[in-house]
Amino acid sequence: MIKNTSLTPIHIQLNAKMAPFAGYNMPISYQGINAEHETVRQAVGVFDVSHMGEFIIKGPGALDLIQRVTSNDASLLTDGKIQYSCFPNEQGGIIDDLLVYRLTADSYMLVVNASNIEKDWNWISLQNNQGVEMHNISEKTSLLAIQGPKAAEALQSLTDINLKDMAYYTFKKGKFCGIDNVLISATGYTGAGGFEVYFENEHAISIWNAVFESGASFGIKPIGLGARDTLRLEMGFCLYGNDINDTTSPIAAGFGWITKFTKEFTNHKSLLAQKENGVPQKLVGFEMIDKGIPRHDYEICDASGNIIGKVTSGTQSPSLQKGIGMGYVSTSFSKSGTELFIKVRDRFLKAQVVKLPFYKNS
Amino acid sequence: MNFPETLKYTKDHEWVKIEGDQALIGITEFAQGELGDIVYVDISTEGETLEKDAVFGTVEAVKTVSDLFLPLSGKIIEVNKELDSNPELVNSDPYVKGWMIKTSIQNKSEIDTLLTAAQYKELIGH
Repeated sequence: MIKNTSLTPIHIQLNAKMAPFAGYNMPISYQGINAEHETVRQAVGVFDVSHMGEFIIKGPGALDLIQRVTSNDASLLTDGKIQYSCFPNEQGGIIDDLLVYRLTADSYMLVVNASNIEKDWNWISLQNNQGVEMHNISEKTSLLAIQGPKAAEALQSLTDINLKDMAYYTFKKGKFCGIDNVLISATGYTGAGGFEVYFENEHAISIWNAVFESGASFGIKPIGLGARDTLRLEMGFCLYGNDINDTTSPIAAGFGWITKFTKEFTNHKSLLAQKENGVPQKLVGFEMIDKGIPRHDYEICDASGNIIGKVTSGTQSPSLQKGIGMGYVSTSFSKSGTELFIKVRDRFLKAQVVKLPFYKNS
Repeated sequence: MNFPETLKYTKDHEWVKIEGDQALIGITEFAQGELGDIVYVDISTEGETLEKDAVFGTVEAVKTVSDLFLPLSGKIIEVNKELDSNPELVNSDPYVKGWMIKTSIQNKSEIDTLLTAAQYKELIGH
């Protein structure tokens, strides 16, 4: 059965285009992807991303368990700091990508993709041979991503926490809209700046309403998953299920920076060998030179028409007004500036490899 | 949503305006809404004679791409060049400025296979 978030009735009332995503009935767009995208780049927008999963990992063995199942070095975290990471599997792929929040020295929150909640939970449970306390709080937790250059100003009236001084990838717990124990995190999936705010479901509607009231004079608008995808792709952020999955190597995906060989973790030996010896394919970003839009699963070819890879994500970039995409290509084609051809129906359209992000913030 | 009575429709969400031996063709207000922001209208069949239901082009929105199916057999005699620079006209004015092609009708009996506005509305549940 399809699930609703606590805010689904509001999205329907706002006449959003709804669609099932990761088992939830989610808003795809309200006024149109381009307009919503622009709102987040220029002002501030609100995404209901309550479908995301949250786990609490607690107790003396919590850090050790996290260190063993994730690729990044969580021992570098201090209270109030956040880290991007992934769960490698034993076959060379990625179980999921996630955020690790250090609540205290022996208490952490892991934020995972909605589509992988059960898989991730089962995997961590399997590795939990020290009896570390684990709680899956996904079903009772709501999450709003309030993103854009005006996010701090738009929300400041709702909390005593000084929002504009919060550093990227840090969080604070405090009072928000008069509700205690709200977790405010300076993170996001848009590259536009802003916050992700976690709270219990019962407060969802009152917080949603307060956020829109507080943000009204800053042009705050609701934003659907459609614009979330174009925003993240302009930043070159990976989407699990598209750009990374159970078979893609973290090294090939460009996750070298979150794969730390200062500790032992799932499959670390084979990943270290990949890092030292190189990988046959790499995830690259490319921009269309010819007019056209790359889409998921389109073939990537060389100038002679030989298939050298596949598009994992593609779209028309609303900010850059051209087709952009990512895909795995043979490593010899992964250098910035390399000419590629994307097979769009029966045509080979010229593109070139570019450095990520596609969209550079001023 | 608006579905003018003077037009004919297809199950593939095109509209057809019959003008004597010629037909003006575009996509419906419902179709543009489902596609979302339209980025390119790609029609490279000008001058070709195609059968009914043949693909005469594609329309690319931000998130999706959709084929365009010819509602009536005939020759594509004109393509709306305005859409090259202003594809969003299909979103903002699907029945007038957002027209896509003009064709010469080959077989007038095919017109009877098209849907009326009422039949089309029923099809899409409006």
